Amino acid sequence: MANFVMPKLGADMTTGRLLSWSKNIGDRIERGEIIAEVHTDKADIEIESFISGVIEKFLIEPGDEVPIGATIAVIRNDDEVAALLEAPVKVPDPLPIAPVSPTQEVLATTERLRISPVARKLAEELGIEPSTIKGSGPGGRITREDIERTAATKPPASSDRQIGMRQMIAAAMARAKREIPHYYLRTTIDLKRALDWLAQENAGRSVADRMLYSVLLIKAVALALRNVPELNATWENEQVNLKPSINIGLAISLRQGGLIAPALLEVDQKNLAALMQNFRDLVQRTRAGSLRSSELSEATMTITNLGEQGVEEVYGIIYPPQVALVGFGKVVERPWAVNGMLGVRPVITATLSADHRVSDGHRGGLFLSALDRLLQEPEKL
Amino acid sequence: MTKEELQTIVLRLLGNIAPEADLAHLNPTVNLRDQLDIDSMDFLNFVIALDKEFHVAVPETAYSQIATLQGCVTYLAQRLEG
Repeated sequence: MANFVMPKLGADMTTGRLLSWSKNIGDRIERGEIIAEVHTDKADIEIESFISGVIEKFLIEPGDEVPIGATIAVIRNDDEVAALLEAPVKVPDPLPIAPVSPTQEVLATTERLRISPVARKLAEELGIEPSTIKGSGPGGRITREDIERTAATKPPASSDRQIGMRQMIAAAMARAKREIPHYYLRTTIDLKRALDWLAQENAGRSVADRMLYSVLLIKAVALALRNVPELNATWENEQVNLKPSINIGLAISLRQGGLIAPALLEVDQKNLAALMQNFRDLVQRTRAGSLRSSELSEATMTITNLGEQGVEEVYGIIYPPQVALVGFGKVVERPWAVNGMLGVRPVITATLSADHRVSDGHRGGLFLSALDRLLQEPEKL
Repeated sequence: MTKEELQTIVLRLLGNIAPEADLAHLNPTVNLRDQLDIDSMDFLNFVIALDKEFHVAVPETAYSQIATLQGCVTYLAQRLEG
């Protein structure tokens, strides 16, 4: 039997509020399949199951807010399901959960929510959690009028979210600056070969399959991390944990303000075309607010790229518990000496912010050097 | 298709890319990326949308020609005529 817990989806996430279950009790769920949708201050996140099996129990209701690590469901794994065919297994009762200071009164009911389909759809459109409303219809059924009445008294969701997001960013960045002894390195990289190769490559592709140069940078960072694995790690409980997968977090700005840094998973294993599709999809879903839990919890290093805003170089703050962050600036044309000859080349400034508890400048320098080298052979990325 | 009709469609496509933008006050001769705060991913999505809508694949070498609303409409009109 596996206890499914509220996952930690960000450096300073302390609680999560269940919006909805995506499955029912008794349903089969595969590892990686969405089990629930959870609200955090940064976004509404689809939570993936980490195990395959059959859902035995739900321990919280939509609207409940619980601390990270609290058991929210019980899943019977495949081995146990097979064993059940021979002998019944008693399900142990998990520890009760105390919901943490909910901001709104949540109806304490174990019954299925009574709500009309029209009201449910309207509630979704208006961003209202139906379980927080007391229905005025027959038998307590929630009606369209109930939703409209609630919407009229509810402050705009976007402003709530912006304030919450700002507070989360403030907490995470303050903690990072307080606890992580950052050191910073920079290098300037000639991008002529990479951009020429990309232009040629894109000329032969359909519009929908074109790649952005950012994808080359992301892949090169992932491959360079193989050379300096201590930068692909976390620092937790006063020790470094090297990560076997290279999952690159990308700082993505949101149109309404703020940013989220979801991860592209196993970047070093993917070819550029697949990575570009993943990248496009990730940006689109980040801005639409439909991320998955693994994308928010499994980044092993982060890239921030402010080149689009005209910034020439950026020295970023590390996202704890990660131990390094790479910053890219704008691609600019600069006089550049090659083989004793002066020419004009498109160049980019790459910076490394790294945690001195885990790595030294020497290793950081090797990383930037590998990054430069990899970008000189774009066809091998 | 007239330029006015083209412009209406282009504005609709831009609205899908930057839903919060005030397209009614878009300056037709100023760079779209600067006015709408769209990045290269948004711009690529815009080019993909143009391809789907008009069956016009804008090559990367012509991106500068569609950088403004006016330039984009003129470019599309030329391509659709040809």
